[in-house]
Amino acid sequence: MFEYVWLIPLFPLIGVVINGLFGKKIKNEKIIGGIASGAVFGSFVVACGILVQLLSLPGEERHFEKTVFTWIQSGNFKADIGFLIDPLSAMMLMVVTGVGFLIHLYSIGYMHGEEGFYRYFTYLNLFTFSMLLLVAGNNLLLMFVGWEGVGLCSYLLIGYYFHKKSAGDAGKKAFVMNRVGDFGFLLGLFTLFWYLGGTHNVWTVNFRELAANADLLVPGAVVTTVALCFFVGAMGKSAQIPLYTWLPDAMEGPTPVSALIHAATMVTAGVYMIARMNFIYIKSPTALLVIACVGAATALFAATIGLAQNDIKRVLAYSTVSQLGYMFLAMGVGAFGAGVFHLMTHAFFKACLFLGSGSVIHAMHHALHHEHSDADPQDMRNMGGLRKKMPITFWTFLLATIAIAGIPGFAGFFSKDEILWQAFANPHHGGMNIVLWAAGAVAAGLTAFYMFRLVFMTFFGQTRLSDKAFHHLHESPFVIVFPLMVLALLSVVGGWIGVPKVIGDALGGLPNFFEHYLEPVFAYSTAYMSHGGHGAAHHSLVLEWGLMGVSVLIACGGIALAYALYIVSPAIPQRITAAIPVLHRAVYNKWYVDEIYDFMIVNPTKSFSNVLWKGFDVVVVDGVVNGVGAAVRGFSGILRHVQTGMVHNYAFSMVVGVVVIVGVYLFR
Amino acid sequence: MIAINNYLILSAILFAIGTIGVLTRRNAIVIFMCVEMMLNAVNLTFIAFSRYLGNIDGQVFVFFVMTVAAAEAAVGLALMIAFYKNRESIDVEDINMLKL
Repeated sequence: MFEYVWLIPLFPLIGVVINGLFGKKIKNEKIIGGIASGAVFGSFVVACGILVQLLSLPGEERHFEKTVFTWIQSGNFKADIGFLIDPLSAMMLMVVTGVGFLIHLYSIGYMHGEEGFYRYFTYLNLFTFSMLLLVAGNNLLLMFVGWEGVGLCSYLLIGYYFHKKSAGDAGKKAFVMNRVGDFGFLLGLFTLFWYLGGTHNVWTVNFRELAANADLLVPGAVVTTVALCFFVGAMGKSAQIPLYTWLPDAMEGPTPVSALIHAATMVTAGVYMIARMNFIYIKSPTALLVIACVGAATALFAATIGLAQNDIKRVLAYSTVSQLGYMFLAMGVGAFGAGVFHLMTHAFFKACLFLGSGSVIHAMHHALHHEHSDADPQDMRNMGGLRKKMPITFWTFLLATIAIAGIPGFAGFFSKDEILWQAFANPHHGGMNIVLWAAGAVAAGLTAFYMFRLVFMTFFGQTRLSDKAFHHLHESPFVIVFPLMVLALLSVVGGWIGVPKVIGDALGGLPNFFEHYLEPVFAYSTAYMSHGGHGAAHHSLVLEWGLMGVSVLIACGGIALAYALYIVSPAIPQRITAAIPVLHRAVYNKWYVDEIYDFMIVNPTKSFSNVLWKGFDVVVVDGVVNGVGAAVRGFSGILRHVQTGMVHNYAFSMVVGVVVIVGVYLFR
Repeated sequence: MIAINNYLILSAILFAIGTIGVLTRRNAIVIFMCVEMMLNAVNLTFIAFSRYLGNIDGQVFVFFVMTVAAAEAAVGLALMIAFYKNRESIDVEDINMLKL
């Protein structure tokens, strides 16, 4: 089955070609959606086969490279179109194809009746193709191709409703911010290549070769630069401070797009990249500290903004940014396995949440449409009491919310808790540990609060819709509800493959399958960390259970607070808002970060572009081009007098010519 | 034997008269006649050299020149007829539509 790994990106690519070229003629929605979903399902089947085969091999042998063809060959440098199968990529392939397939299926129902139906599925398949290249590629260049591809598809899909100016603007914003990150990625790539090649004559960008030569990377300025440059790329792609503002705006796109791209897959590309290159990051404590601090800060910052938002998708968007902060926090303290584990569980519950919100928005839109109201179907202030009308959506949404809040037993608890424990106890960063842990813990509390605020405002209480509109609410069709159920199930049980050791021991020896599974990928880093004198997190059982208890308490506290504020006495939130107007306005307006960026970066760039346009392009460039034309015209104006139109003149010039030639020969 | 110089001088004079005719006269038929005169002057030169060098090549070449002269006269006269149909005149000063 390993030999067929190239089929995984190929199926979605075929889907792109068929839907892209013939989609407009195939009017049947089911066929278009079927082709697209079928392609991803095919990739999923192959990915399953690969995972099964991988698990049948012993740990050290779990790697396989399949080269499809050689892309670049120059001297002893070779970069090929090839795929790397190892525990990390196999897991990512499963997540991307599995969640991707569910979202394709969901989209068939959600995008029903849209005019650009085939265009949507073409872009969605193109995105899947790029993402699969990114996670399965065996070298940095191919990963970058996928990296750029997902950025492009993100632009295409966010700006899907291109008739709306806000959607087009959001698409542009996403793409430009991603490009800023990509610039960092490229700088890191070039520096790494030049460093290994120039200093050690190792010219390669292939992951396995880089890992094999990891000992050549001595801790120092160059390695730190490489690590930080790649992290800039991750900042852009995975929406960390300061390059995160595109993600909330990206909610302009259709909701399944938000689920796939901005929850489950694309934004996790940065985390995957760091996991893939863990052997570089482990050599640079500075870079790791930066990553951990940025991650923790983002987790906390985004959570504060999520508190005050009223649009259901905005809350989820900020939640995504916050959870990504957790993943980077994990990477920053050297707990690569925990970060990747959170990536997986987050994919499950966040996709479920987004798809659930899509189901809600779909129903709200339908209900408000009946009433000919132009109230916003996405505004939670218009919702309420939906659980009676949409039971399946409600229950799946609730399960996913419990998972994200970090309640024990559900997927989010195990992954988030592991991260918080590693942040506290991993001795990598000395005194910063407490700060990082505290930021993560507070963010966890805020997460529980605003997520349950969302649930209570949307599904519980008295409806704020009119009776007529409320009457028209109904559960969504099977294609929409089925993925919700699958993802909710995964949100519940998905965490059990990664139970932390301390809990597993208490439950009678349940091993941490996930950690063990990913061991070969991070073996070098684990060895380096323990070898370098930084022992593994000192195992004080009391401390670990204690911290776990604290996180559970914080989560429950958040939920209780949300319950008190939104179920018991719904009048309190308004009183709080009235009591702290300035603070509330700041949080509601996203701490004015967008406005700051506009002032500091966007407007100066626009003014500079205007200067370049009016002062340089129009005056200099057009001047030169037009000047050449004017010069030719002037010259020809003089020269045209030769053409008198009189035959005698022409005859005379012939005679003169003959005389000259004869004269030259005669008098040479 | 008449010295070759005489033939050559005669030829040159004829050529010169022909050239001046081409450059000066306005009637197209007269210009054609002058062109014929130039060609015949050249023929005379060829014949003269052929005689004085004992080589028959010159005389052969004269045949070619005559053929070309005939063809060119035919084409030129056809051109002039077409022009006359258009402009009612064969004055070459009236052929000035390409004047800028």
